[in-house]
Amino acid sequence: MDKLNIDQHISQQYNSALDDLKTEFLELGGIVEQQIVNAVKAITDVDTVLAQEVLMTEKEVDEREMQLDDLCTQIIARRQPTASDLRLVMAISKSTRDLERIGDEANKIAKMAIAISDSEDLPHGFSELRNLGRHVQEIVNDSLTAFARYDIDMALKVVNKDKEIDREYATAMRELITYMMEDPRNISRSMNVIWALRSLERIGDHASNISEQIFYLVKGLDVRHQTPDEMAQQVNKQRK
Amino acid sequence: MNNSVTTESIAPLASEKTPEKAKTSNVITEENSDAYTTVGQAFSENAKMSMRNVNVFYDEKQAIYDVNLDIGTNEVVAMIGPSGCGKSTFLRCLNRMNDTIDTCKVTGKFLLEDQDINDRKMDVVPLRARVGMVFQKPNPFPKSIYDNVAYGARIHGLADRKSDLDDIVETSLQKAGLWNEVKDRLQQPGTSLSGGQQQRLCIARTIAVSPEVILMDEPCSALDPIATARIEELIDELSQNYTIAIVTHSMQQAARVSHRTAYFHLGKLIEVNETEKVFTNPDHGLTEAYITGRFG
Repeated sequence: MDKLNIDQHISQQYNSALDDLKTEFLELGGIVEQQIVNAVKAITDVDTVLAQEVLMTEKEVDEREMQLDDLCTQIIARRQPTASDLRLVMAISKSTRDLERIGDEANKIAKMAIAISDSEDLPHGFSELRNLGRHVQEIVNDSLTAFARYDIDMALKVVNKDKEIDREYATAMRELITYMMEDPRNISRSMNVIWALRSLERIGDHASNISEQIFYLVKGLDVRHQTPDEMAQQVNKQRK
Repeated sequence: MNNSVTTESIAPLASEKTPEKAKTSNVITEENSDAYTTVGQAFSENAKMSMRNVNVFYDEKQAIYDVNLDIGTNEVVAMIGPSGCGKSTFLRCLNRMNDTIDTCKVTGKFLLEDQDINDRKMDVVPLRARVGMVFQKPNPFPKSIYDNVAYGARIHGLADRKSDLDDIVETSLQKAGLWNEVKDRLQQPGTSLSGGQQQRLCIARTIAVSPEVILMDEPCSALDPIATARIEELIDELSQNYTIAIVTHSMQQAARVSHRTAYFHLGKLIEVNETEKVFTNPDHGLTEAYITGRFG
């Protein structure tokens, strides 16, 4: 489904440049999504090999980020994109940064996995990590799907789900704090879990940022720094 | 003020539609060509010129369909659209240049402030002093640089003394950004200048008669990028004092110089909006298709 008709330009080279840009962006999305899955699995299964694998992907993510930036610059310099083409390039340029940051957060989780594997007893909070990890991976996936389909409704769902993730994160934090207060010896190992939870929450924020760019891409609306209700209102106002 | 209506016959933006639907509705056919409404903001609260229900025919062939548009005071309005869309025809109506074409029939109201300039009783000579025009190819008279600029002021009797005329020539050339380049050779023929200088000379000649509106019909299409940049800079400066309507094939030029952009398609005014909006998020699928290079 290609609602923005990016393959309809008179210039075939322009079509393929935009198409390549979008494909590369979604590919990078796929890579960082896998990083999240692996990092969460590495920490909850205490799998250091998998954690190393996540860390080794970092270089590729960084390279692809730079490649995408370069593609955006090339298109702007050569084609002077306008309207939906311009919005596509801008949205990808901004969202690429979010994807790279998601990769960074996944790396941090992988590092925590390695740190935790060094300690003897298993820390508290794994089930929270697993749940939050699953939800975060879901919204990253959804935000990329919404991007691929130019689907505003799905993007709005991602923003809403990110708010749920924030609440879930707060609950998990409260629990871990209580656990630490019960016995100060729990503190150092719980801290690793807390860092990992924090990274997951951040990933949710980045997925939400990507979704905000979809509003700009499809509707030309800047919905950053708005509540989900305000976003929905803006979209409805424009649909009328 | 009726400024934001869409119509079913010509579709709104493609993103709202499925690709198939958007495609079919992007085509204006003979059948749906009569009823349409311009999308966006065609009207201005501070209008210098107001055009209403403009229709233009060349013999039987209709070139412009029911166009309504205001050009605001000190505003730069760019008109864009594919070849043959009627943008130049429309521009030429604004100072009765189409009078010279026998087969051309123009109907509708063209208010320059309160005066209908399409009134047959209207004298076109003073009108063209108020609404000046700059053409695609620089067309200086085969006279000296000085006489080129002084010509209009002389025939309209704007200067009583030689010193007044000197003043007019100097300020006009200064406003056109040409004075420093030609002040030492005012008696040389205008045709001895470079293309970009000739075009600025024509602009100086136009502003020498203190017009209120300047019409520009692709003023940069014969110029190199540097000369183009000079003219665009000049348009920006001139817009402090003059109202400007510019027809251009360069969308980037429209994006750079204008406040509002009007998109014409097959004789219809499809969309008028703030230039920033047109180039980032146009309201109409046809505008979008044209400015992004999806059809030519």
